[in-house]
Amino acid sequence: MEQLWAIAITIIAASTPLLIAAIGELVSERSGVLNLGVEGMMIMGAVAGFGATYLTGSSAVGIFASMLAGAGMAMLFGFLTLTLLANQVATGLAITLLGIGLSALIGENFVGKQIERLPNFHGIDILIIFSFVLVGLVSWFLFRTRYGLMVRAVGDSHTSAHSMGFSVVGLRYACVAFGGACAGLAGGYLSIADTPQWVENMTAGRGWIALALVVFATWLPKRVVLGAYLFGTISILAFVVQTMGLNVPPQLLSCTPYLVTIVALVLISRNKRVLRANTPACLGQAFVADR
Amino acid sequence: MKKLLISAALAAMALGGTQAHAADKLKACWVYLGAIGDMGYTFQHNEGVKEVQKELGDKVETVYVENVPEADAAGPIERLARDGCKIIFTTSFGYMEPTLQVAAKYPNVMFEHATGYKTAPNVSTYNAKFHQGRYVEGQIAAKMSKTGVAGYIVSFPIPEVVAGINSFMLGAQSVNPNFKIKIIWVNTWFDPGKEGDAAKVLFSQGADIIVQHTDSAAAITVAEQQGKLGFGQSSDQIKFGPNAQLTADVDNWGPYYVRRLKQMLDGTYKPLQSWDGMAEGTVAMAPFTNMPDDVKAMAQKTVDDITSGKLDPFTGPITKQDGTVVGEKGKPLADGDILGMNWYVKGVDDKLPQ
Repeated sequence: MEQLWAIAITIIAASTPLLIAAIGELVSERSGVLNLGVEGMMIMGAVAGFGATYLTGSSAVGIFASMLAGAGMAMLFGFLTLTLLANQVATGLAITLLGIGLSALIGENFVGKQIERLPNFHGIDILIIFSFVLVGLVSWFLFRTRYGLMVRAVGDSHTSAHSMGFSVVGLRYACVAFGGACAGLAGGYLSIADTPQWVENMTAGRGWIALALVVFATWLPKRVVLGAYLFGTISILAFVVQTMGLNVPPQLLSCTPYLVTIVALVLISRNKRVLRANTPACLGQAFVADR
Repeated sequence: MKKLLISAALAAMALGGTQAHAADKLKACWVYLGAIGDMGYTFQHNEGVKEVQKELGDKVETVYVENVPEADAAGPIERLARDGCKIIFTTSFGYMEPTLQVAAKYPNVMFEHATGYKTAPNVSTYNAKFHQGRYVEGQIAAKMSKTGVAGYIVSFPIPEVVAGINSFMLGAQSVNPNFKIKIIWVNTWFDPGKEGDAAKVLFSQGADIIVQHTDSAAAITVAEQQGKLGFGQSSDQIKFGPNAQLTADVDNWGPYYVRRLKQMLDGTYKPLQSWDGMAEGTVAMAPFTNMPDDVKAMAQKTVDDITSGKLDPFTGPITKQDGTVVGEKGKPLADGDILGMNWYVKGVDDKLPQ
């Protein structure tokens, strides 16, 4: 039992950062903004979260700092793409490169430092619980509130939304900032709660997985949960299988999380009508007000 | 990545602006797999470079490129060769082919490839007998483990890693013949999240000591969190596990780099295949901590014996996993057998991925 719980908690801890980062990116993409800088915002969140916790001794400050750092990077992305109308794909990639380099620079003095791990009850910490609350809130916001409808409208047809009097750019800024804060928090989860340490490049590509999850989950929050947990579960079970000596080739095991998650999400999303209804039609397109 | 761009830009500037000036100095360049802040493998190479700067001062100009993926290494290596590097150290096993490829185009540049086995007239190889340190760790693990099981996190099934597992196991068996290890292949050199997850899984499966052949300090951090024990990898990681780290096998590349560059400077440089160990100081152990004095004494004696040449971890006869026996009684295995090792010793409960 204890052993099963240890594995379950490892799975939850591996899935949580993916879930938080993906749900943030989902909101950003729903508003029509494709931010490929998730990895960069995440790593900035990781370094800021660790650094703030180390300097103040408070994980609450650390959590706040990680969100702030992610949102800050996102605002930079927003300024470049929404105000200056730079290409979203290229800018997102630049944000990722910038984040990795800048975090290494900022984090130089934090390498090898110790912080108290985020308090937890049998491995369950506040951020794990919060991740589910977040999914619920996002789902409710997008599909049950007026503002959610506005966000979706902006993502589906920014010209119509604009002619109805919505502030396209304003809403997009808000969604991008929210996505950045979530990505930052996901990074902070890694450096404050999961393995409490700072080391350069510690997100190691998790931002890209989160990005892929949003697309394969057809921009639906519940499917993002499924995708993140499927990925986390299979990555950890692949390790468990190895320790049991079942002689399955480890190379095969290490690609199964990707394969299974993609196949599963593609299968449940094969309904073309649902797919078309949920894909933000203006995803990645710059908006220029014509009047 | 950012630093890579900056250092590439700096290298370009150095070439364009101060060529005459740069020509006085020997330009030595390094290609790193990870980040110099990984506190492990790449960090240690960079410590070696710092020693070069200290020892040789302004006679040498050092340049490095970090975070170079093994698959795309040819471009960055060639850029360094073009930018006037006289000697280029490529520090990871996977750089073997790209190094040879670029070396063929630049016959006047000397290349040094770490941990590989293929050479050319201008390509040397250098390696360290990391497995010597792992033998000592195996003995300590067998003494310190309560469950008699160690968890072992590994990257890729290359000879260096396999020899490490075998050496650890032989060390452990010399203390407790029934000692067991559980192995997880994470298929990466550096991913703190994955390495940490693997450590958690191994602890949940009954291991109480963690060993790793990956580059970050995540595993020892997890050991510290869970009140378990472990070994640092490549670098002294005591900061990450003040109550968890027993010792660490430290890669000490400085003496080798200094020696080779001195040879370049005084013209005695010749390509070679170097394989140093504890005797030359390239493999060192971090201080023995978190263990009783008798275990410390045992570990120190083993280190002394390996250093003096009295003990070799791979002394025959050795029984392989499949039951066949290699090596003559009392004689160490040939270097080639260790550098090309693709089999497990008896007692390892895992199938070697091919």
